[in-house]
Amino acid sequence: MKNILPVLTVTLALIIAWYVAVVPMNAQWERDQAARAGTEISFGELVSRTMAQDRPRLPAPHQVVVELWNSTWVEERHGRRGWWNTGTLSNRSLVYHGWVTLSATMLGFAIGTSLGVLLAVGIVYNRAMDASVMPWAIASQTIPIIALAPMIIVVLNSVGVTGLVPKAVISAYLSFFPVVVGMVKGLRAPDRMQLDLMKTYSAPGFAVFLKLRLPSSMPYLFASIKVGIAAALVGTIVGELPVQQGGLGVRLLSGSYYGQTVQIWSALFAAAILAASMVGLIGVLQRITLKRMGMAQ
Amino acid sequence: MNDASAKPVIEARNLSLTFDTNDGPVHALKDVNLSIQKGDFVSFIGPSGCGKTTFLRVVADLEKATSGTITVNGMSPEAARQARAYGYVFQAAGLYPWRTIEGNVRLPLEIMGYSRAEQAERTARVLELVELRGFEKKFPWQLSGGMQQRASIARALAFDADILLMDEPFGALDEIVRDRLNEELLKLWRNTGKTIGFVTHSIPEAVYLSTRIVVMSPRPGRITDVIESTLPLERPLEIRDSREFIEIAHRVREGLRAGHLDE
Repeated sequence: MKNILPVLTVTLALIIAWYVAVVPMNAQWERDQAARAGTEISFGELVSRTMAQDRPRLPAPHQVVVELWNSTWVEERHGRRGWWNTGTLSNRSLVYHGWVTLSATMLGFAIGTSLGVLLAVGIVYNRAMDASVMPWAIASQTIPIIALAPMIIVVLNSVGVTGLVPKAVISAYLSFFPVVVGMVKGLRAPDRMQLDLMKTYSAPGFAVFLKLRLPSSMPYLFASIKVGIAAALVGTIVGELPVQQGGLGVRLLSGSYYGQTVQIWSALFAAAILAASMVGLIGVLQRITLKRMGMAQ
Repeated sequence: MNDASAKPVIEARNLSLTFDTNDGPVHALKDVNLSIQKGDFVSFIGPSGCGKTTFLRVVADLEKATSGTITVNGMSPEAARQARAYGYVFQAAGLYPWRTIEGNVRLPLEIMGYSRAEQAERTARVLELVELRGFEKKFPWQLSGGMQQRASIARALAFDADILLMDEPFGALDEIVRDRLNEELLKLWRNTGKTIGFVTHSIPEAVYLSTRIVVMSPRPGRITDVIESTLPLERPLEIRDSREFIEIAHRVREGLRAGHLDE
């Protein structure tokens, strides 16, 4: 809890900087309006109007907060298609779109993490894989995902795979990499002496894996899945752009089509909140696990 | 005290081991002949690079000899290792940090498939033996270096190997802790009748503990002297001030010096 003050300070500074930037960013439009009406606009009016535009270049923080509130609680509670009235989530609410994104992210993250761990085990235990897999894994991450995503969607679509899975595949594509890198390092973390000790017991291979390599790799695993889950979210959002079947990515894109900057920003913040909660959740799991393993002092 | 006709527990004949390095071959061991009887406490002493640790590792099948023969309990070292004939104590305690002290001692028992009840019973017994009762649930980092090393000895004792191989187990500890652990180790050896191979840098430690002291010298690693201790089995720490002790220590020092003059 002792780091809450610095965090709040930085947040406050960012919000102030944001408010300060709102005025010059949106001022031109207000001046044009005033000129067209043939009136003069005072600085006080300018400031208050730039904070309340329908389609600002840069929405003010409170506009984003209001939009976030309206498109979650208000939409579901009072909206015609909201959960209170229909029993299903409204397709205009960020709760619905956030859930679409979250479910694809979770699936993609699960696939990516399992794949990453399996590849890492392969690399550590198999000489051929050790020599061959890593360059490919690295090459896979040098291709821009924005170029690859539509191809994956189209290819999977043509074999009849649609919906959640194609987005999860893209998400997995981004999230397996940090897990491979971290787990290879983690599974190789035991030193010579710890391995020799196992040899003096003539321990079978699976015992060495379960009782030495796997526990040694836990700190590395948690560090890499924190990166992995954030990458999985990015992958899902990118995957949603060509699919157009809901999700925060769709909200971002449609917002930019119609110049709805407030909608873009609120979708962006919804994604950021989602990412922060997922990383935070893993952080909690990490603390509990490592504490039980006696590794967090 | 040893029955000369009994089969030796460890027997090396013309044992040599050469490491191929980038700077050419290194003769870690050359023509080593040694037999260790059941119940012996044998110390290996010599400067670094004399092959004392390498010899212990060959016995443990952690290194393979290049030529010559070695038997452990009448078998090849590999067969002996697979038969779990020895417990090995490394220079550092090397406890697994994610296991409690109890969990660390239980590790070999889990691997060797002892029943849960037996695991608990043995763990409690050896922790009692090394005087670590009450620390079962602690993690290694919560214990001092000396206590960690005692736990690692308990770990090597937990399964009933007749041979205990110790590679400078107290090398990193301060002298007071070391004296105490030496005393405890002697007591433990007398109570269990195990055969112990003990690598050390310290002349007093070697003389105090051993029934036989093997003096080695480097380049190539070889045995220069084997000294039979004439000290009684009952050895209080004060014995180190006795004339007999000083004479043996003197002979060890002579042996070490002779090894150096050969170069």
